[in-house]
Amino acid sequence: MIPSDATLTREGADLRQAAPQRLLLIACGALAREVLALQRLHGWDHMDLVCLPAILHNTPQKITPEVTAKITENQGYYDRIFVLYADCGTGGLLQAECDRLGVTLLKGPHCYAFFEGVEAFAAREELTAFYLTDFLARQFDAFVWEPLGLDRHPQLLEMYFGHYDRLVYLAQTEDEALTAKARAAAARLGLRFERRVTGYGDLAVEMEREAGR
Amino acid sequence: MSDDEDEIILSELDDDELVDQMIDDLYDGMKEEIEEGVNILLSRGWAPYDVLTKPLVGGMTIVGNDFRDGILFVPEVLLAAGAMKAGMAILKPLLAETGAPTIGRMVIGTVKGDIHDIGKNLVAMMMEGAGFEIVDLGINNPAEEYIAALKEQNADILGMSALLTTTMPYMKVVIDTLKEQGIRDDYIVLVGGAPLNEEFGRAIGADAYCRDAAVAVETAKSFVARKHNQA
Repeated sequence: MIPSDATLTREGADLRQAAPQRLLLIACGALAREVLALQRLHGWDHMDLVCLPAILHNTPQKITPEVTAKITENQGYYDRIFVLYADCGTGGLLQAECDRLGVTLLKGPHCYAFFEGVEAFAAREELTAFYLTDFLARQFDAFVWEPLGLDRHPQLLEMYFGHYDRLVYLAQTEDEALTAKARAAAARLGLRFERRVTGYGDLAVEMEREAGR
Repeated sequence: MSDDEDEIILSELDDDELVDQMIDDLYDGMKEEIEEGVNILLSRGWAPYDVLTKPLVGGMTIVGNDFRDGILFVPEVLLAAGAMKAGMAILKPLLAETGAPTIGRMVIGTVKGDIHDIGKNLVAMMMEGAGFEIVDLGINNPAEEYIAALKEQNADILGMSALLTTTMPYMKVVIDTLKEQGIRDDYIVLVGGAPLNEEFGRAIGADAYCRDAAVAVETAKSFVARKHNQA
């Protein structure tokens, strides 16, 4: 059973099977649904999944130590570990730590980039776009509105979003209700709305590559 | 805030009590109270520089410390900064008239490709409060804009800010361009932004990485003092 979004946001989830499999995926909680969907779709039963709290996204300085702790805790039990994070604002520290520990990390600056495809994302050079994924659209209040204090101090909106001109919803799935939610988020931020269907992008490609190793 | 506190009449407080109250009000982001407090102190004959440094910079330093220690968060810091900015708006023309001391001149801006200016604005404000003259280039600056401003303004310090992992490497482009032009050592180069760290600062050839606005002020002061001692 997939834990609730609130659990994935605040607590993360241990979704390992009873006996350790060959490959451990250490993922951001924001990717849990997508990773499980890909596992189901491809029958990747040899992968175990453990998710860290997705809200670490808002405090990137905590990501590297949390991921490192999870790797060292599990390294003796698995043949390989694949870290399903991008750089995520760690300024290269997460990559350096993964290199040191001999584990693989997803490429790209953020999940927005690997869902769209890292190269395609970079080629757009969108300075003024604010991104949501399926998970972030569902958890907009918990990740954006409340931590930025916009529920209590709406006058701060201009200070945060004054230089943005659009919200781009990178949709992993076709979901009308979620699209409406993302559209409403754009309206609350005073931004133009744009939706792009990305599917699972480079996440699927890289998981497939790792599955075949 | 309790009813008792709501009833405080700023003009009835003596100077020390008023400064303490203003520090509390700044902490709570109370813009109008800060404006009122600034005007009261000025009407009592306070020098604009003292009004700036004691309740405003003093208050904002506490805010900065509590942010660093995880007691305050970004929204509260921004509200406090907004209150300080309102107080500074009253003081700025007076400071110019009274010839308040200027420690040095800083050109500051976010790097090319980066529109996130909250940190940069906080640094600029605190540097200004500490007596630096600020030339704020705003957002999304290519190397040539930084360098033109440094030359035109005869600046002492270059401050570059980035929030994105994808834009922070551009700081090296700017520093390398300064080197190519043989003017790198004419300026103190400070860098900052959430994904940066000390090692990155060293690797790109900056003089220092500053993890927050307070550190930026202290670092800039120390480098400027060293530069003056060498001259």
